[in-house]
Amino acid sequence: MATPLTLKELSKKEDRFTHGHRMCSGCGAPIVVKIALMATDYPVVISNATGCLEVSSCISEFTAWNVPWIHTAFENAAATLSGVETMYRSLRKQGKMDKDVKFIAFGGDGGTYDIGFQSLSGAMERGHDMIYICYDNGAYMNTGIQRSSATPLGADTTTCPAGSVIPGKLRSRKNLTKIMAAHDIPYVAQASPSHWQDLARKVQKAHEIKGPKFINVIAPCNRGWRSKTNDAIALSRLAVNTCYWPLYEIENGVTKITVTPKEKIPVAEFMKPQGRFKHLFAPENEDLLRQVQEEVDREWAKLQKEAKTD
Amino acid sequence: MAKVVAVTGNEACANALRQVNPDVCGIYPITPQTDMMQRFASYISDGKVDTESILVESEHSSMSACIGAAAAGGRVVTATSSQGLALMWEMLHIASGDRLPIVMPVVNRALSAPLNIHGDHSDAMGARDTGWIQIWSENAQESYDNVIQAFRIGEHMDIRLPVMVCLDGFIISHSIERMEYLEDQEVKDFVGPFRNFLPLLDLDKPKSYGPLILTDLYHEYKRAQHEIMTKVKDVVLNVAKDFEKLSGRKYGLFETYRLEDADIAIVILNSAAGTTKDVIDEFREKGIKAGLIKPRLFRPFPYEEMAEALKNTKAVCVMDRADSFGGYGPLFMEVSSALYPLGNRPLLTNKIYGLGGRDYLPSHAAQVLTELNQIAQSGKVSVLKEYIGVRE
Repeated sequence: MATPLTLKELSKKEDRFTHGHRMCSGCGAPIVVKIALMATDYPVVISNATGCLEVSSCISEFTAWNVPWIHTAFENAAATLSGVETMYRSLRKQGKMDKDVKFIAFGGDGGTYDIGFQSLSGAMERGHDMIYICYDNGAYMNTGIQRSSATPLGADTTTCPAGSVIPGKLRSRKNLTKIMAAHDIPYVAQASPSHWQDLARKVQKAHEIKGPKFINVIAPCNRGWRSKTNDAIALSRLAVNTCYWPLYEIENGVTKITVTPKEKIPVAEFMKPQGRFKHLFAPENEDLLRQVQEEVDREWAKLQKEAKTD
Repeated sequence: MAKVVAVTGNEACANALRQVNPDVCGIYPITPQTDMMQRFASYISDGKVDTESILVESEHSSMSACIGAAAAGGRVVTATSSQGLALMWEMLHIASGDRLPIVMPVVNRALSAPLNIHGDHSDAMGARDTGWIQIWSENAQESYDNVIQAFRIGEHMDIRLPVMVCLDGFIISHSIERMEYLEDQEVKDFVGPFRNFLPLLDLDKPKSYGPLILTDLYHEYKRAQHEIMTKVKDVVLNVAKDFEKLSGRKYGLFETYRLEDADIAIVILNSAAGTTKDVIDEFREKGIKAGLIKPRLFRPFPYEEMAEALKNTKAVCVMDRADSFGGYGPLFMEVSSALYPLGNRPLLTNKIYGLGGRDYLPSHAAQVLTELNQIAQSGKVSVLKEYIGVRE
């Protein structure tokens, strides 16, 4: 059931995640969700971790979801969905259901990298047929921009604020995409809403692969990144073109870079429009800024080597 | 035809689950429950049930997965003890708040620290405010019978709530006991097919489970949960009537023993009730009018019925195998709440016994009954709350 991934075709489709949700204007997350849900015609069931997406999309008697959707708590979108998927398998086995149904979990980086990591790891190891999509905005944005293990090196958050002694976060991000690949699941990918066809193709491909899949998608948050409201797509494109957020997939252990920037530009270009990195451009933090660039270079070189493209 | 067997409490519960044949089961080991779910796992491996298991990585994920599975639309079970129940705590509220009739045997065990694997009621008592129905069981037979009835109670269309069936760790879970099994078909017919209510897997009518509800409707939502709980007693009694027709075994909201004309009484849960009944017989032989209440339905608590049952007694000791430090034992708090509206109330004491598997001996029951007899005669309580069976 592959939908042609052209704007012409996709624009004809009924929204599965509809208008009326209360995400901030300029938020990257609903764009990720819309593209992911447009990418397939299969019936889908969604599990959603507590977070911005969840609290803004289903409030009291209103829901923005035109597909079955379940939220239970913060740390367990994967475990909850593993239960839904298991019931589906049980009912199919007993002849009580016949449709092909696909299962998607959405969680932010707090609910995925941090508090939901065990639940995610467990569900992936158990082999449930589902896609877990993390929308990574690099901090606990729903509670007001607190540091997570996805917060980049040097970033200013409300729990690792850039102060006169400590210049923001002193640790690098956890590379969750690689950690999920280490689970030896059949499909892992990294994507960006700026490259919507690449994102849609990855979701579409993942649906056709049996077993657990993980897709990590960068999702700019103008509140937390302190960037312009209309910059989500531009910033996520810069994340790709600086190789801060390379677009790649690992299918059955084979790494492939899906989008190679024509010209790899300095990571500072991605960081400059964001207030959370402002302090790194002060002369006393030159060293930290250099570390960020070195880290991006090192990780990109490693990825190219893994993809055998260097 | 009933089949007489010699089995442990865990084995009896596992067999009840096999006979019910649920759609999905969450499995995670914890002493002393482990043995129950591993038996069930072998039923799955041997094709004796249709159940799909989820071999989770924690009890938190077990309850999360059970909630997902139950919301999806089907019959769901899991089992746990102690720290496992404590780890589930967050999700217990969500199972009941989402009105999902999950059935969960809880093999009662002490809570850390210090680490202790033996039987007491701290785990389930800590979960008494989670919105689950709680049914307590004295022995393997009652555990088995209660597990079977739990499906009918929780899945009742007026109720739709999760149910814990409590049994004492090791004392019941691991002791071999003579009891009766029902036939597989009898259990199947008694429990009946699972009736769906707003299943998530109804693809034609998409539903959103687990919304954000703020000050506009949260209060009403919680009142609705309270109101549902007020209907549970009647359902429990009706299910018990049907079960009696099938098995010949009678169940109520609680069991009374020699209480009709009793001057003094003990209120005590689960396995220790058996020991206490023996000692009550001894006191009766001495001409002391002693009786007992063993609560079965703890949530919702049958306040009016308990008050009615105890109204003619002179002195009552409520015995707790759990404590609320800085307060009274949890069972005591319920019984005293039940008795407060009475004009003439019996005098009350609270004894904490048997924590972390400390043996509860007939001598303990005798000590309590002797003291109750003195209280009944003197009309005076000297110590209201006290630990018994303590090494000094």
